[in-house]
Formats: sequence, structure tokens, C-alpha cells
Amino acid sequence: MKINLIVNGEKKIFEIEPSDILLDVLRKNGYYSVRRGCDTGMCGICTVLLDGKPVPSCSVYAARVDGHEITTLEGIKEAKELATLLAEEGADQCGYCSPGLIVNTIYLKNKNIKSMEEAKVKLIGNLCRCTGYESQHRAIEKFLGVKK
Amino acid sequence: MKEVAKSIIKKDALGLLLGKPVYTDDLAPKNALIVKVLRSPHAFAKIKAIDISEAEKINGIECILTYKDIPRVPVTRAGQGYPEPSPHDWYILDEYVRYVGDEIAIVAGNNENVVNEALKKIKVDYEVLEPVLDFEKAEEHPSIIHPEKETHPMFEIGFNASKNIAASYEMEIGNVEEELQKCDVVIKERFYTQAQSHVAFEPHSATSYIDMHGRLIIISSTQVPFHVRRIIAEAFKIPIKNIRVIKPRLGGGFGGKQAIHGEPFVAAVTLKTGKPAKIVYTRQEVFEATYTRHPMRFDVTLGATKDGKLKVIDIQGLSDTGAYGEHALTTFMVAGSKTLPLYNKVDAVRFKGKVVYTNRVPGGAFRGYGAIQANFALESAMDILAKKLNMDPVILRKKNMINEGETSPIFKIMGEGREGVDMIVRSCKLKECIEEGMNLIDWKNKFPRIKISDTKVRGVGMAIAMQGSGIANIDMASAILKLNDDGSFNLLIGATDLGTGSDTILAQIAAEVLNTPTENIIVYSSDTDLTPFDTGAYASSTTYVSGHAVRLAAEKMKKMIIKEGAKKLGVDEKSVDFDGEFIYEINNAKKVTLKELATVLYYTENQKQLVADASFVGEESPPPYMAGFAEVEIDTETGKVKLINYVGVVDCGTTINPNLAKVQIEGGIVQGIGMALFEDVKYTYNGKLLTNNLMHYKIPSRMDIGNVQVKFVESYEPSGPFGAKSVGEIGIDTPPAAIANAIYNAIGVRITSLPITPEKVLKALKSSK
Repeated sequence: MKINLIVNGEKKIFEIEPSDILLDVLRKNGYYSVRRGCDTGMCGICTVLLDGKPVPSCSVYAARVDGHEITTLEGIKEAKELATLLAEEGADQCGYCSPGLIVNTIYLKNKNIKSMEEAKVKLIGNLCRCTGYESQHRAIEKFLGVKK
Repeated sequence: MKEVAKSIIKKDALGLLLGKPVYTDDLAPKNALIVKVLRSPHAFAKIKAIDISEAEKINGIECILTYKDIPRVPVTRAGQGYPEPSPHDWYILDEYVRYVGDEIAIVAGNNENVVNEALKKIKVDYEVLEPVLDFEKAEEHPSIIHPEKETHPMFEIGFNASKNIAASYEMEIGNVEEELQKCDVVIKERFYTQAQSHVAFEPHSATSYIDMHGRLIIISSTQVPFHVRRIIAEAFKIPIKNIRVIKPRLGGGFGGKQAIHGEPFVAAVTLKTGKPAKIVYTRQEVFEATYTRHPMRFDVTLGATKDGKLKVIDIQGLSDTGAYGEHALTTFMVAGSKTLPLYNKVDAVRFKGKVVYTNRVPGGAFRGYGAIQANFALESAMDILAKKLNMDPVILRKKNMINEGETSPIFKIMGEGREGVDMIVRSCKLKECIEEGMNLIDWKNKFPRIKISDTKVRGVGMAIAMQGSGIANIDMASAILKLNDDGSFNLLIGATDLGTGSDTILAQIAAEVLNTPTENIIVYSSDTDLTPFDTGAYASSTTYVSGHAVRLAAEKMKKMIIKEGAKKLGVDEKSVDFDGEFIYEINNAKKVTLKELATVLYYTENQKQLVADASFVGEESPPPYMAGFAEVEIDTETGKVKLINYVGVVDCGTTINPNLAKVQIEGGIVQGIGMALFEDVKYTYNGKLLTNNLMHYKIPSRMDIGNVQVKFVESYEPSGPFGAKSVGEIGIDTPPAAIANAIYNAIGVRITSLPITPEKVLKALKSSK
């Protein structure tokens, strides 16, 4: 079956199977920033924006997004700014979880969240096994403009 | 120092952060067959028959392989130096299955759906055997997990398959029983540490194809590409020269990828069909069918005089290696060798025990590698002893611990799987670590406890730890530096960056020697065809061992540049030096830039390529040290333990890249907090893993870790590159004991088994009343 959607601002038509998962469809079409983490929507690594809101793409049927808008890291201009801040803290380590974290954090910035406590709660589903989170928080504080 | 001891941004940072296709699955050929493995539903069974006829008929299925189609060669999946100290007890496919998740058949097809369908249609007739699920009953169990004749150790490791023993070890210095008689105070306690799952976020994945020369190419998310090449060659009986292993970026390893996992399955399919193949483990498979940390039990006896002089340490252990003996002996020996030297002034010390097979997920390498297990036992026992002596646990430790310039007989007696090497500790700032940690946590005002309310109490606790820097006389690394015609350099290394930033750190070391900015060093790491040999990224070896090789290669390159520069200038090389940009005559004005020299060398005069190489094997393994301090708040109504603060102060010598070192320690501490408080590998009564997804297996989230603070003390290790020791593992070691000690200091209950769940705390509180 075919689905029509907008990915990163571009109109796309993807040929899918009814059982296909959004994560796999995006990767198959070259959006490699979307990475497989846990298969169960628990780790936040495959986060994309669906009509502007963060969702775990491993837990969304591709058929469901017919007619909707998807944004991946590749389509977010401010990503480089946050990525640079993370790099300056050495917070990338293996980097595998970074795209999901960046997508979600940019969503928080757009919501004008400036409290680190609130940001942490909202990012609780973005797990990381390498960094121990502290370095991410140092970068995110700067990015969100958190007042200490 | 211009380039080292500097927080340079990781070379691959933006590529990783901005989602570039760099991991194994991103690089798999687009037409690769999808490979999946049919796995055992039984903890222990013999396969009587497999019927694949229905599955084979499915349109799009390319091949189905069972044990009848694969050479039956005993190997070990453990990626260790050769001969491995792990028994050769694993077969790509076997007629026995030894845990729920063990491999039965390899299925390859054009897409995931057909492969999944085929997996359902394979009929297997099992003779179900009684499994061994309790490691404390494994030795005398009527079921023998490895009855086959071919399984064997490579050398004496105390292996006895007929008793389900994968390895055993025993050592004693002095006479423990006699010395215990002379002690004023003796404490004995039994401790348990659980299995822990690595949860590297990139699932294990591998892809393979045949190149135009007919060679087998494997791209794999591995910490040990050279060991993968050797083991695959051995398992399939093909020459090493016909295999190339490429390691792209890794999405975390932590020891879980210091092994072969998916590589033999894709290789089997590619060798059979001639077609590209790929496997990406599901998260469930990662949990059920890769590795966990070895669960261990320790009986610790400590003896001391009234004034707090530690006289005796006796540790008797039992380790559960699961269905296969990967890292069985070595993790167990590390439990002794990386804890006992902490207290080097005892009169008698004994360490002995066995590593047994069970029908559970195999144990494997995991950051901390035995040391974290024993550290929990020993450092909890030290606090129990301090209490009995009525002494501040910090004072007890300071009185007995190792200091700079000292040694321990353990260094020589216990290596990894064999004898170790004698060494004097030339850098040890443990005292400074403890003092700094006490200040940062405010020990004086907080020890032992502060009552917050009627139901909430805060306590502080601490532990010290040591690790190593590579395996002395075993871990080998090499490096090649190549001068380019613009004056930049290619650095080729077999060392594998798992995300730690080692590519950048090694480039910094080369840049420092060559007096050039790190950006002038272009790193290519880990391709068995292109990069020189390296035993791999494990045992905290990369900065120390591979770093040394890089330093030596860079020194050679510098000499070559000076020699060729002198020729170009037409002067004696003794009167010439190199400052990174110019090769110049020391007392005269004659000079040539490196760029000019390189261009001339490659295009016009005296033409030659400058290449320098060097190898290094550590003759010792200088330990990094750490003091960890935990502040916890316990809810006495629920038993919930909330971590408020964790302070880690580390002596790892020079931090080549302070930012990356800090994050490495922070990450280690958080994994240690996970092991201390949350992470638990649970099974059903018949041996199936219950915690096979991230809903049921809890790793720490950003809300669970309180405030983690890391500091380094000033230190310089004379044997290390630019004074560096390792930093990879040490961070994980202290949290279990420090948190257990903090809980005891807060509420007076001693939890001796990990993880320290609210249930355990509440139960202990109730029974202590």
C-alpha cells in the first residue's frame, strides 16, 4: 500500500506493507538518524516528531501516519547548535541515543521550557547508557538558557 | 603539553550527534539477506529432530541451516588473547541447547516477514533435560551441561565439565587459619552480586559479503575485530587471510561486544549462498542471548587487631558463568587481583573458588569485570569490620590501604588466567582522592546520618577501588603513522573506539609528540586489512596500551621527518630540529616547512613515503584508583532508597582529554548505581528470562541518579603515555559498596545482596526491630 506524508517539509509517497513500523520505513528511505534502540518505546532513541510532537517511531505503524507530518533530526536546523553544545561537553560518547535526545530537547526549547527540573522530567524517557546524563544536562542547560 | 590534557571535541562528534549513517546496520549492503536465529524455548534439551521442510517452502526464504550444515568446531566466543583462558565449549550450532535463547537454526530470507514466518514453521523435536538453574547447586547436580568430548580448555584453568565446573582457582599467602587465631576481631559475611545486562543501545549487529577476491568481509559492531577474524576462521576452518573484519562506529559496548555474537550467523549464510547477509538482534535477543555480568557469591572473612590493623583477608567465591564459560576464569581472578592489593599490609590472604556452568544466559565481559563484584563484598566487609572495631570506616581504610611506592604480592601471583607481573605502584593518590571526596560530600557534618523527618533519614557511605591499565604482557597494540603531502598525518590503529573517544585521545597523543594540532591527525581505526594488530578495546587498555604504541610511532615519525628535513636542507641531522611546522637548523636560519618537505618527498626529490610504526605491550598494568562517596535518603516506611549525591574522585594519572575522562567516569558511576539499586536479571522457574525488555529491566534514568560529581586528583604515572593510566572501568566499581555502606550508616541495616531493592531494605528494617 502507499502512504502520503510530509517528511522534513517534503512531500513523500512511501510504499509500505500494512504491518510496517514507522522506524523501519524511515530507515529504509534513508533517514538514518532514526535508530533502533529497544523495540518497545522505552528508550527514546528512535524519537521523531509526529505533527510536531515527539513519538517513539518504533511503536507507531507507518500506515497510521498517512497524511501526517514527520520531522526527523535531519530536518531540524537548530540541531547543530545543540549538537555542538553536547560535543563541547563530551556528551556524545557512542552517540547512538543523541538524535532522539536532540529531537526531544528541541521540542522542549520550542515549548519555551527553561527549568532544568522540568526538562529532566520531560526527557526521562530518553535513556543513555554511556554518559551518565550529567554531561548532557550541562549542554541542555546552556541550550535551553536555564538560569541557575 | 599542548594537545594532551586538553578537552578537545571528539573527532566524530558531529557525525554521531547529527545522525550520520555510521553504524553497522547503516552500512549493510542494501540487498543483504535478513538473518534471524531460531532460539531454544528450553533451558536444557537435546535436539532429536529438526524439520525445516515447511519453512523452506516459503517464498523468499534463501537458506535454513541447522547443526548438520555447519562444521562442529569447539570455540569460545570470548574475544581474548590466544590461547584464550576461556574453555572452548561453544559451537556455532549444536545438537544440545543449554539455555533459553540458545541457537538452533539460522534462517535467511529476502525480508523480515518471510524470515519470521519461517521461524514459526520449523519443527523441532526435543528431549527436554533437567536444567541447572541454581548456581549454588551446579557442582553436584545430576545434569551435566557439557557432556560432549570435544569441549576443552586451552590450558589448565581448573576445568571439570563432569562437575559443571568451567574454571577454578586458589591462592594463599601466609597461613590464613593461623593468622586468624591471632586476631582480636574477626568478621565473616556472605555477599551476593547479581547478573547485570549491558544495555548498549545499539543492538548487536553484523553484516557480511564476499568481495571480488572471494574473501569473506564482515562488518561488525565489535570491540575486538582481530579476535573476531581469528575465531570465525577457526570456527569455519578457513584461513585467517580470507577474512576481513571492519569495525564501523559502535553504539556502546561495555564488554558486551568483546566477543563474537552475530558474526558466525551472517558468515554462515554468506558462505553458503555467496550473498550479502545481515543480522540485527532484537532487544529481546540482546537480553536473552548475548551476555550478562557473572553473578557471584563471596564469603569474606577479615581479621584485625584492636587498633584496626588488618591482618587477614580470606575470600571464597562462587561464580555463575551460565551455559558457556566465556571469561569464566578471568572475571573470577580479577575479582581477587583488582581488590586484594588495596589492602597490601596483611599477614595472610587467601582467594579461592569455582566458576560453575548453569543453564542461564552466559556470563561475559562487563565493565568492572569481576572487580565490581568483589569490591561490593570487600568494601562492605571493611565497613562491617570498622563498626565492630568502633572505628570510622575512612580511618580504617587509610590505615591499611596501599600507598604510592608500595607493592603487593598479589600483582605477581594473580594475572588474568595466569600469573601476573610484579610491580611497584608508582602513582597512587588514593589518600588525596579520599580527602577530596570527604570535602565534596561534607563527610564531617553528614557521617553517619542526619534525620530529615520521622520517616526519612539520610546517610553517607564510601568505598575505595582500583582497576588496571590493560593486561600486562598480554594486551598488545600497534600503530602506523603516515605523512601526507600536505603535512597532515594518517593514524592507523587497531584499537576500537566504542564511543569513549579513543580515536581522538590517540590522535591527541600523536599530535603532542609531533607538535601539531590534533586536527592534523586523521584517524582510521579498526579494519583487519588496513590497520595494524590490536588485541581490542577492553580491560581498560586503550589509552595506556594503544596510547603507548601511538606515542612510539609518533616519535619514530618525528625522527624520520628530521632526517629527511636535514637532507633537504643539506645539513647534518644532529643540528636539526622539528617544531611541528618547520624543520630548522638549530643555530642557523635554514628551514623548510613540513608541508614543503612532504610535497618534495612525494613529487620531486629523493622521493619516498614516510611511514612509522610501533608496537607496545605493557610490562605492568598500573592501577587507577578511586574513592566513591554516596549520600542516600531512605524512606523507612517504604524502604525506598533515593540517591541524593554521588561523589567520585579519581586518580587515573594524566587525563589526556579531561572532558572525555570525566564523562567516562560519570557514565561508569551511573552503571554502578544501576547495579547497586535497580538492575536485576530475573528468570521464571524454568529458566526463561523475565527481564527481557526495558520495561522489566530497569536501567537508571536521568531522574534516578541524584547529583553525580566527578573530580580528578593531580597524578602522573611514569609508565604511561604522558603520565596517563586507564579510566574505562574504574568509575563503575565503588557505587554498590558505597551505597550499601551509606544505607547502613543511615538506618543500621546491612544489605548483603544486590540490587538493594526497597523490599530488601524494608524486610531488613522490620526484622531488625
